[in-house]
Amino acid sequence: MSGLALAWAQFRFERRMFWRNPSAAFFNFTLPLLFLVLIASVFGADRKELDVLVPGIAGMAVMATTFTALAFNLTFLREQGILKRVHGTPMPTASYFGGFIGSAVANAVVQVALVLLIGHFAYDLPWPPDWPALVVFTLLGVVCFGALGVAFSHAIPNFDAAAAYTNAVFLPAVFISGVFYSTDKLPAVLTGIAQALPLKHVIDGLSGGIVTGHGIGDHLSALGVILAWTAVGLVLAVRKFRWA
Amino acid sequence: MSGSAIEVSGLRKSYGANEAVRGIAFTVERGEVFGLLGPNGAGKTTTVEILEGYRRRSGGDVRVLGHDPERRERSLRERVGIVLQSSGMYPRATVREALEHFAKLYPRPRDPRETIALVGLDGKEDARVRELSGGQLRRLDLALALVGDPELIFLDEPTTGFDPAARRAAWETIRALRELGKTILLTTHYLDEAQSLADRVAILKDGLIVAEGAPTELVPERSRYSVSYVLRGERFEHVTDDPTTLLNELTTGALARGERLEDLRVGRPSLEEIYLELTAEEAQ
Repeated sequence: MSGLALAWAQFRFERRMFWRNPSAAFFNFTLPLLFLVLIASVFGADRKELDVLVPGIAGMAVMATTFTALAFNLTFLREQGILKRVHGTPMPTASYFGGFIGSAVANAVVQVALVLLIGHFAYDLPWPPDWPALVVFTLLGVVCFGALGVAFSHAIPNFDAAAAYTNAVFLPAVFISGVFYSTDKLPAVLTGIAQALPLKHVIDGLSGGIVTGHGIGDHLSALGVILAWTAVGLVLAVRKFRWA
Repeated sequence: MSGSAIEVSGLRKSYGANEAVRGIAFTVERGEVFGLLGPNGAGKTTTVEILEGYRRRSGGDVRVLGHDPERRERSLRERVGIVLQSSGMYPRATVREALEHFAKLYPRPRDPRETIALVGLDGKEDARVRELSGGQLRRLDLALALVGDPELIFLDEPTTGFDPAARRAAWETIRALRELGKTILLTTHYLDEAQSLADRVAILKDGLIVAEGAPTELVPERSRYSVSYVLRGERFEHVTDDPTTLLNELTTGALARGERLEDLRVGRPSLEEIYLELTAEEAQ
């Protein structure tokens, strides 16, 4: 089989394994949606708040399905010796990671689509005014958080610690990056930290696509920050990589 | 196909200041079962992992089926099967799914069903990996290494932790593979395993090969014979390279004292005695 065919085979295998773990699949898909529905309903969010919440949850979903899931799963695969086994077969490295990361990307895309559908049908939000911005920032977010997730897995000492390590990054990032509320209300220090991290910029870009209609050209600095983190993530992901 | 399956010369591997493999050489012919024997920490796994392409050597030359394993060519890995000491598999995959998925990686795979039967996992096709017992997992390891129908198979301590029945079953599988013409490099710290499976063995100690040859004729330079007898109810044993002189001294002494040496035996030391003598020096 060609490298591409093997990547596809690995992707399908990963999808099958993903659905075979119903509790993880349920958690992965419903948690962000649950946040969206609960916050919108419990606080009776008005249109202005929904305009913050929907792109915020979409950005959080991108980070959860890529950064958190990849760091977590990779730690598991390494600790179990599955990576080492694969490394001893003719599976090309690019095909294996293509399939493995492709599966995470599929989850991210499905999640963002579900967030948009719920926003439209449950809360009467209009369809996104700028599709290119939505697509570009979703994909950039996926690449950036995917690379950072792989890189971060190298810092996690063992699988027992994986949940603590990933949440120690994920939860603060979510709280300071304007997922649930506008960052205007945050202290300047926290806003400054959020500005230096990628999640806020992914959410700003998604907001342009989903809410304001400000396109990619209006988010060039956001683009720059995301690309810089992507570069850092890719370098660390590749250079620090360990099969066992 | 010409040439040896594995050629190793002057192989060295250091981790910082510690030299785990200190210049070893051996050759494994095609169709041969070669055993690397030695205590823990002797350098067996380091050596095998260099041959498998997992580790880079610090010095020397290595050829596996004519390739340098360090270059990790796909064409080489398609012809090699690896059973590691411990490696996992996706816990939620079934045995059949695991084999069917791995079969896709090879140009001329073995039939997954036939492979499952070969390792004795029939009836477990639809069991999830996480439901398998320790022994069944080791058989799955073997099946995954065989599904590509490799010419050369690395088995790193394949029966560690097995009960005697499972070991015998694994030995039968390894013999069956040999019958199929496969080349097998086996590491083990069980002497009986090397003795009953390997055509040739090399004993590794502190990163050096201290003896090499067929298990039956594996005799280091000195201590060729063992002489044992029972005297006053106690068994004595001597190892010597000159049994004639030793026997003469023993029997002369006994006759002079009017004693009998009961159950007097002269023999070649067993592989176990050689092994213990070669590997235990440091402890004395």
